[in-house]
Order: sequence, then structure tokens, then C-alpha cells
Amino acid sequence: MMAPTHDLIIIGAGPAGMSAALHAAALGLKTLLLDEQSHPGGQIYRNVTQVPPKVAAVLGPDYRHGRGLAERLQQCGVDYRSGALVWEITEDLVVTFQQDERSSRVRARQIIAATGAMERPSPVPGWTLPGVLNAGAAQIAMKTSASVPQGPVVLAGAGPLLLLVACQLLEAGAEVAAVVQTAPRENLRRALRHLPAALGAPHYLIKGLKMLWRLRRAGVPLYQGASELRIEGQHQVQQVQFNIGPQRHTLAAKVVLLHHGVVPNTQLSRQLRLDHQWDAINLCWTPVVDEGGQSSLPGLRIAGDGAAIAGARAAEPAGVIAAAHAALAVGKIDAPTCAASVREAQAERDRHLRIRPFLDALYRPPQWLAQPPDEAIVCRCEEVTAGQIREMARLGCQGPNQTKFFSRCGMGPCQGRMCGLTVTQMLAQALHKSPEEVGAYHIRTPLKPIALASLAALADTEPLAPE
Amino acid sequence: MFKSMLTASEDQRADIAILVDGKTIRARAGESLATALLNAGVVPLRHTPVSGSPRAPFCLMGVCFDCLVEVDGRQNVQSCMVQVHAGMQVRLPDGARHVGDPA
Repeated sequence: MMAPTHDLIIIGAGPAGMSAALHAAALGLKTLLLDEQSHPGGQIYRNVTQVPPKVAAVLGPDYRHGRGLAERLQQCGVDYRSGALVWEITEDLVVTFQQDERSSRVRARQIIAATGAMERPSPVPGWTLPGVLNAGAAQIAMKTSASVPQGPVVLAGAGPLLLLVACQLLEAGAEVAAVVQTAPRENLRRALRHLPAALGAPHYLIKGLKMLWRLRRAGVPLYQGASELRIEGQHQVQQVQFNIGPQRHTLAAKVVLLHHGVVPNTQLSRQLRLDHQWDAINLCWTPVVDEGGQSSLPGLRIAGDGAAIAGARAAEPAGVIAAAHAALAVGKIDAPTCAASVREAQAERDRHLRIRPFLDALYRPPQWLAQPPDEAIVCRCEEVTAGQIREMARLGCQGPNQTKFFSRCGMGPCQGRMCGLTVTQMLAQALHKSPEEVGAYHIRTPLKPIALASLAALADTEPLAPE
Repeated sequence: MFKSMLTASEDQRADIAILVDGKTIRARAGESLATALLNAGVVPLRHTPVSGSPRAPFCLMGVCFDCLVEVDGRQNVQSCMVQVHAGMQVRLPDGARHVGDPA
């Protein structure tokens, strides 16, 4: 068996991964940080060290906050590898990653997966048309390239990011034609119960009110409680249609930005067959972890939004907590030192969590989102429609791994990332079962497609030399 | 489909050329290939192997795989996860491959 090459391997250089690396370095752990991107920051702080001043100004102080973290990371002495794609982890904590077209293996005594979140798929009819993107994608275009959509943009969905991106696009000079909110009206009533707790995190509430005020001041039409959303066009987007009550609306658009909140990216935790639970409020899977981020596989911890959606500012202390517990587990610090080391981080994390029940209730996606009309494509890669999935349920398919065999649904290059949640929820409804009973796709390695030559390079791998 | 939010004087990034299916496209050093293609109006970016339907980048964060192109001879590269460089050679996928197609 391969001997451990590191005390700790961290996967992902977003807020949780960067702060875990900083804390691990401070505690003296021999740490390797692997990140797929060319610069640190994750998606939330993507390109934050490189971004032109005007773009940083448009994106605002919450984005610029990430620069300090990224700069400290580059000075802290952790072995940080960019462009490093982790494509397999085994139960004995051997990590295989690809960098510069070659794969290498490393082994750690502890692993922190800080693999973050992805936007929830919004499988409405027409969502595969060129010109339809996730709202987060438009924000990433600003971060990585100072690019904004050209022509009228309609944003549709539910979640704070929808409003934030609309405001940022306005600042950046894009033509924001409308914001179509799909959160059902009863969400507000349910959310109000959590308002007292949310008042303990006033920053978030004030930011939300400012965004609504900004959109109103700019004269952007705001629609509430939209349903039966569809996007139409011949070769690319031409218009968006939706209902408000019984009234059908049609808006012309060149670009449509969809958003229904973010969900943990569970590809890695599923590849390891870790225990997961269904989050019935946020309608997504979360890996089961304890206070120190420890998952159902000893030595593998999950920190940040990959464990449960809590936002970037809660991910930072979560990274500290996971790193401290990793240091305790390898005997670098004792239990009282660990407890002292995480006390402040836990308090900080709890402060940021106060807003969550309010936001989760307010922006819970509408029920219709995961029960699309028969014509809608659910699996973008293999072009499997909702109607085909319902037909397979009628034919007796009991779960997503069976519909996969019947139709290749989930077997394209995205490996089920874009259809998994929808297929689970559709089958649960069709079979009158819970999502837990229906289950999720089995995820297998490699986690992303890799070239055969990269795999072959493993045959003569030397233990990773320090850079 | 996309455009720069910077004026010429605000943009300090080097202006570079990349080749897309043999045609020269201007891009900015450091930006992602996917956004360079969106800025240049290279839409659709590919046609699917299943039905030949048109697609363009969707998530820009490496999860949807709708922005796959061939980059400098490497196939199925997520164009949202690579940065452009001067002289980059890009080929756009056009439907399913068939036995006997040129490599």
C-alpha cells in the first residue's frame, strides 16, 4: 500500500479550501491543496486575484473580500497546485489527479473535500437553446472575462443570486429587460416565521433590500410567482413565456439567465459512496457529516457548501474547523487545543447561518421545477425528455440507475450532474416513494473525462516531489 | 451574444488572436475560451452528437459539459475551464463522429 505523502490533502481552492489550507499551514500540517482552476478563489471568488479594477468595483465588496484570502494562500507555504483535476479518491485516501495532461497519485492521512456547490438544474422547455445560461454563469463571465450579455436579458428563477446578478449586470451596462421570480407566493408567509432569527444577520437582509431597491429604481420589471416557464427560439433564444396567475406573459430576449439556488456538488462524495441524506427543504442531497466535517468515511472531511449550502462567509470558518479536526486526528494538536482553535470559527459560522432558514424558505424552488412537462429535456447530454422518464417509471424502473440503463439518461459527459436531482424527484413522484427510497446515480471514476495517455502516465508515477 | 464591459482605455489585457475552425478571432489574454467564443458570437458553439441540435455554453463553471471543443488537438475540452493563449487552435464539434471521418 502507498505510504502517506501528506498529512492533509485539500480539494478545492474556494473559501472553505483556502481557509482550511491557511489554518492547516498555521498548525504545521504538511498540506497539499489541489484545485482545478488556474487561479485560487473557487467559483464565488473566481479570478479575484486577476480581475480588472472596474470589474471588481461592479462585483462589489463581498467579492473583493476573497482577494485577501487568495493572497494569503499564495504566501502561506502550502503546496498549492492549480490546474489539478482530482478524478478519483479511494477508501484508503489515495487521491489521483491530473495536471499538465498527466495523472499522479498522492495519499494523505486526512482529506478535506471543499468542492463547493453548483447551480440547481432548471429543466424548463427550451433550456438547452443557445443563449440560455445559468445566472451564475453570467457572473462568472464578468469575473473571468469582463464580459456581459449583449441585447435584452431576462433573468428567471428564485434566489438571492438572481437579484445580485441582475444588479451587477445593470452596473456593468447590460440591458436587464426583466426579473421573473418563480418562488411561490406562499414562500413569503413561511419565511416570515424565520425573520426574527434572520434579524441576527442584518447584513444579508439589508443587502437584499438594497438589491430590490436598485432594480426598482432602474425600472426593471419584477414579476412574482411565475409558473409554466418556457423559453422559445429557432436556433437561439428569442422569447420567454410564463404565467402570473392565469395571465400568460411573453418577453423578447437574446439571453435568458436561469437560477434556482445552489446545491452541494456531490460527485466526489457519491463516487466514494458516502452516506447522503435528502434535504426536504432545499430539495437536494447533502453528505452526512459531523461538527468537524467528518463524513461516513474515516479521515475524509467535507467543508463548505459541498456539505450543505451556507454561503461563502460560512464556508471560511467551516474550513478552519475541518483543518483543526484534521490536525487533531493526526495527533498534531490535542483536544483542548483543537477546541480552543475552533471556538471563534464556530461562533462566526453560526452568525452566518442565522439567515439560512429565512432564505431557504423564501427561495424554496417551486414544486413544478422538478416535474417538467413531457417535452422538456431533462438529461442535456443524452437528450432524454421528461416524458421518456415518466414512461420508464410506468414500465417499472425503480430508480435512477435503471432509467440510466434504459435510456442513457445521465451517461453523457456531465455524468449526471445536470439531470440527477430532477430524475430522482421525478421518479419519487411517479413511484409514490421518497427521494431516499429512489436513490441517486452511482458515480464512477474518472470524475471528469481524461485522456488515455493521462491514465497511462500513472504506470510510471513517482511519489509527488515537492515543487 | 456577449460583449466586453470595459472601454478600450479600461482594458489593460493584451489583444490576441486565436483560430476557430481556421478563422481568426480576437480575444483578451487571460479570459476563458468559452467567453472569448461568446464575445465573438461563435454561437452555436457545437451541435450535439445525439440529435445535432445547437448548443452554447450554459454553466461556465465546469459542470454542464455543453462548451466542449477541441483545443490544440485535444478533444472534448471544457472551454470554460481553459484560458485563451495567442495562436490557440480551436475546432468546434459538429454532431456525431462516424467511422471513416477524418481525425
